[in-house]
Amino acid sequence: MSKRLTKVEVEQIAALAHLELTTDETELFTRQLGAILEYAERLQEVDTDDMTSTWNPSDIQSPLRRDDVRASLPSEDALSNAPDATVRGPAFFRVPKVIG
Amino acid sequence: MPPTSAPDNGTVTTIRRAVAGGDRSAVDICQAYLDRIAAADGQLNAMTTVLGDDALARADEIDRHREEWRDRPLLGVPLTVKDVICTRGLPTTAASRILNGFRPPYHATVVTRLLDAGAVVIGKTNCDEFAMGSSTEHSAYGPSRNPWAPDRTPGGSSGGAAVAVAARFAPASIASDTGGSIRQPAALCGVVGLKPTYGRVSRYGLLAFASSLDQIGPITLTVDDAATLLGVMAGRDPCDATSVDEPANIFLDPVRGEVRGVRVGVPRAVLDSGVDIEVEKSFKECLRVLTEHGAELVDVELPHASYAIPVYYLVAPAEASSNLARYDGVRYGFRAAVSDDLAPNVAAMYDRTRDEGFGTEVKRRIMLGTYALSAGYYDAYYVQAQRVRSLIRRDYDVAFSERGIDVIAMPTTPTPAFRLGEHTDDPLAMYLGDVFTVSANLTGLPAISLPGGLTTARLPVGFQLVGRPFDEATLFSLGDAFEHTVPWWWEHPPLGE
Repeated sequence: MSKRLTKVEVEQIAALAHLELTTDETELFTRQLGAILEYAERLQEVDTDDMTSTWNPSDIQSPLRRDDVRASLPSEDALSNAPDATVRGPAFFRVPKVIG
Repeated sequence: MPPTSAPDNGTVTTIRRAVAGGDRSAVDICQAYLDRIAAADGQLNAMTTVLGDDALARADEIDRHREEWRDRPLLGVPLTVKDVICTRGLPTTAASRILNGFRPPYHATVVTRLLDAGAVVIGKTNCDEFAMGSSTEHSAYGPSRNPWAPDRTPGGSSGGAAVAVAARFAPASIASDTGGSIRQPAALCGVVGLKPTYGRVSRYGLLAFASSLDQIGPITLTVDDAATLLGVMAGRDPCDATSVDEPANIFLDPVRGEVRGVRVGVPRAVLDSGVDIEVEKSFKECLRVLTEHGAELVDVELPHASYAIPVYYLVAPAEASSNLARYDGVRYGFRAAVSDDLAPNVAAMYDRTRDEGFGTEVKRRIMLGTYALSAGYYDAYYVQAQRVRSLIRRDYDVAFSERGIDVIAMPTTPTPAFRLGEHTDDPLAMYLGDVFTVSANLTGLPAISLPGGLTTARLPVGFQLVGRPFDEATLFSLGDAFEHTVPWWWEHPPLGE
């Protein structure tokens, strides 16, 4: 499956990643990511049929806690870093139009 | 002990003792370090934020409570914190434009614990953007410089943190290590860097890069100081489900160096691949020092070690592409302007904010990770990488359990510090430099980088020890004995005196 990335593929990945790349960036990444992926091809030679994946290096099972109601971050604090937000009245983040 | 002629070799231990005993005020010590930063950081660019008045006010608070707080393990000790760790109300930039102006509404758990122990945070340190890089050149605030040779990199991503300790801006720095980001800059700057076992230290409040690899740890001048800081920071935290309840109080006691009978594994084959001749020479000398103290050297095989880099550079970007999805111009930091004539909508705002807010290396990794996780490539790249990761871990398990190895020794880096700009056009070449450090993150094992001597050009080289899970104690014990034997330990860069 050794193959170079195409520019179209890079544009598709950028769309998935929510990145509006410039033309220069698209060209740069087409070249560089292709080289990195080619290097990573060597993983295909490893026999891993009997192996499970290591998603996390910890042997510990995720502990559960009681579902108690606790104080959370005040909405004023949560909104304090927003580029655009309304704090008075109902508190919310403001964003450009979502539909249309 | 440090030679008395050396300029300002204050350590966590000696500063704490001086403050608790009333020999020096915390304010006096804090001011001395702030003065050093003011004198030298113009050249070295280790700091993104310096907390002058805030730090002095905190030091004054400590002086006023000296009697009451005298048992606190970090009483009056100035520390710097890498700028990917949240500090309440203080800038936390990740060295990224996208977090311009961000002031977290809470402290990272480690910051709370350090402050409770009596520490004084005197500033935030520069790093590669979102900790992605090995040179600090990917910082939106410009590269940090190596105090041993200012035309060279201090390493990265925690370059500023290592410079801060090497240049005596603080006796210790708190940083993060995802693929070597504590150990590699510590090695290139000639100081101690510890990546604890995964789960040892809470990641709550660490801006996530790759959640299954990230771990917070200290950079210090001595092994005993690294142990003390680990003792303060370690332990279960309800805010991080991967943090574990392993006893850590023992690290607050003085470390007792002991080497006799320790079995040190040496993966000779791993060293055959392009190690600088002076690094190899230093490595052999470091091994000789350990054997002189009674350590037993044992050849070990790590058959999958050569796959660590490709595994790492698929797994880490995959996790990063997911973790960095939150930076979209809505909740914090920077939002790009989208002009009215482009029919502004939220998607266009996200895309432009992320393109303008992130630097090239971060975008490169988001792209790589998105590709590795995308339909059609997920099994071939991401799943296969995670399976090879299991084989890498198994190699270490075999060495530790079947061969009875206590620690595995390796150089920290294949070369001494490279020149600024040397690898910036070739990301793959930069990635290959992480060959000795990424395995500890993939496996979760603890690893420490110790000063391993100087090259003929007086550039530091690191000596790395990788331990069994949660056995930092053996790393400290060996490291402490090593520290008190080697003649180069207190060598330091020019300090502008």
